[in-house]
Amino acid sequence: MNPLNTIPATVQSRVHRALRSQLVERLTTPHGIDRYLEAFNPSWSVFETRARVTAVRRQTEDTVTIVLRPNANWQGFRAGQFIRLTAAIDGKRHTRCFSPANSVHAADGRIELTAKINPDGVLTRYLRDHATPGMVVTLSEADGSFALPTPRPARVLLISGGSGITPVMAMLRTLCDEGHAGRITFLHYANSANGQIYADELAEIAARHPNVALLRAYTDGKGGELGGLFSREQLAGAVPDYADAETFLCGPPGLMDRVEAVWQDDGISDRLHMERFTAAPVALPEDGNTEGEVRFARSERLAANDGDTLLNQAEAAGLTPESGCRMGICHTCTCTKTAGRVRDLRNGAVSDAGEEEIQICVSVPVGTVVLDL
Amino acid sequence: MSHYSKLNEQDFKAIGAELDAIRERVLADLGERDADYIHGMIKRQRQLEVSGRIMMMLPPTWLAGIAALSSSKILDNMEIGHNIMHGQYDWMGDPAVHSRHFDWDTANSAEQWKRTHNYEHHTFTNVLGHDHDVGYGLLRMSEDQPWEPRFLFNIPLAVVLHAFFQHFVAIQNLKLEDYLVYKTKSRAELAEEFKPMWQKIRKQLAKDYAFFPALAGPLAPLVFAGNLASNLTRNVWACAVIFNGHFPEQAEQFDESVLKDETRGHWYVRQLLGSANFEGGRLMHTMSGNLSFQVEHHLFPDLPAHRYQEIAPEVRAICERYGLPYNTGPFWKQTLSTWKRIARMSLPTLRKGRKAPAGTATTTAPQEEALAEAA
Repeated sequence: MNPLNTIPATVQSRVHRALRSQLVERLTTPHGIDRYLEAFNPSWSVFETRARVTAVRRQTEDTVTIVLRPNANWQGFRAGQFIRLTAAIDGKRHTRCFSPANSVHAADGRIELTAKINPDGVLTRYLRDHATPGMVVTLSEADGSFALPTPRPARVLLISGGSGITPVMAMLRTLCDEGHAGRITFLHYANSANGQIYADELAEIAARHPNVALLRAYTDGKGGELGGLFSREQLAGAVPDYADAETFLCGPPGLMDRVEAVWQDDGISDRLHMERFTAAPVALPEDGNTEGEVRFARSERLAANDGDTLLNQAEAAGLTPESGCRMGICHTCTCTKTAGRVRDLRNGAVSDAGEEEIQICVSVPVGTVVLDL
Repeated sequence: MSHYSKLNEQDFKAIGAELDAIRERVLADLGERDADYIHGMIKRQRQLEVSGRIMMMLPPTWLAGIAALSSSKILDNMEIGHNIMHGQYDWMGDPAVHSRHFDWDTANSAEQWKRTHNYEHHTFTNVLGHDHDVGYGLLRMSEDQPWEPRFLFNIPLAVVLHAFFQHFVAIQNLKLEDYLVYKTKSRAELAEEFKPMWQKIRKQLAKDYAFFPALAGPLAPLVFAGNLASNLTRNVWACAVIFNGHFPEQAEQFDESVLKDETRGHWYVRQLLGSANFEGGRLMHTMSGNLSFQVEHHLFPDLPAHRYQEIAPEVRAICERYGLPYNTGPFWKQTLSTWKRIARMSLPTLRKGRKAPAGTATTTAPQEEALAEAA
């Protein structure tokens, strides 16, 4: 599909190096070489990691699995880390974090992501309904400290809940590909056997590798080696040597809190590694104009939200953000809101809680807001 | 400001509300169509640029190369750069088309431009002393601007401004006249302010007049001349489009006093009165960055410009309803009218039927009174 793939790797890397050269930079100023390459092929880029979707599978009703072939800028990942995937939907870019579920040793260099459909999530719903082979998305570099350490720990306990399975799946697959000799216990919680992603593959891996013990707990009680929710008793019965293992945990907040409490009580928190993949939900106050606080992340300042525009609040806090018209037309004051919701004074519209660029001269906070200022 | 006095506060409020409603409706409708439009425009510009630069290196296609590169630079500056830097596509969240990250193929840096243009020119449109685009410190474009002997050369200076437009815009923030004419700025201040501007100017000069000619080897002079011609073409066209937007005789210039307690409704009306459209086909609109709809652009500077044509009939209807002029005319007519103004301002004239703003807050320089007397 991509003619570049038929060119030998040495030639490719030489071309790559030439395109990054200072001469090319001088010739393509101010836009840069990527802006020219993408006019010819959307996945070509010298500096950005972009990927083409090569396969789409829907393992269960509320998930979608996509396989991506990244371009040459992809630096790989450590099992357990996440990447940010960006796709344009109706003209607007949306970004979400996903943990690759594949082994870091996957021979074809492809990335496999499984997303649980969030009924309010624009991106996951879009991927479920519209992801098709050939689609091009933008990726970040792999990020996060939740990852298999090197050298590998001898005894590994993996605990996951629901779609939190993806980073630990990457860990399991990676360890198996490496012929890991130590014992691995995979403890997975799901609502029922039906809705479980990677069910078949997990069973297959456990059958093939005698050092892998698979323990499944379904909250509906049907099937599985264990039943019900996580508890100290359940853990002590099923994995008596849990204190000797390096434990990797990813799942919904309830599960994570219960597991964390056990490790804390035992004083072995340093052996528990966690990834929280869902933030606590943000409540939208009815008319909470002065609720919460404004955090200016870059200058490390904090102010109680007084209900004024973010520009005024920033200035009151002693910052001097760039600004111009103070009426929302010149965009001089545009800055990145990293978290929280804001109301646009011009039309009363309340923004999403995620990261986005806002005009602070016409935005007031709705609860706590974090600005990159 | 005869049109101002025709309206009462209720009218200003109502006009503001009606125009806000148009803006909200278009904003709510933004989507794939707008993304496809700007992406398509960028793709075409990049193709024109690459092919233009290649063709320029071959004698038989030299002229075609100039045409392609000129078109590329015009598209880059007008429909793409100017509009992206207004934040028209910020909602897409794509750094490639975002006002904070975009830079354009011209000597003026994005940072400088956003200051003088987006803020000063668009907020204080046609207000002498605040909107430096009124004459660029070089020309006399308004009766309220005190006459000085140098303005006898208004016409030749306007020609020079057209030819070197990108560099005049690049150093617009220097306010060179403060150093050369009014002596309110020192040489050291000037040198300090020039430094960041030179960063961008240097890169652009090196690209067009050193690196690309060097790539052509023995044909370097051909490429050098071709790039010069392309930059000149873009300069003249961009300057003409911008002048037609604010300086035909229909467009009003304003006294500083209008800014006092100005409401959003007043601001809208000032934008309406201070801007002028010109008519033409699709190519004309595209190549002018849709600044052929300067009126709509000044009302809604951050709406994607390709939408202006669609909302123009509604804006026009509002003007008619409130007895406001909707300034427009054919390109040639607007150009002629602009040059008439340039010629008229060469001589010490005052606004018809209006006294010199003696003793008001508009007095910007001590020489003003003396000059008003001389007039």
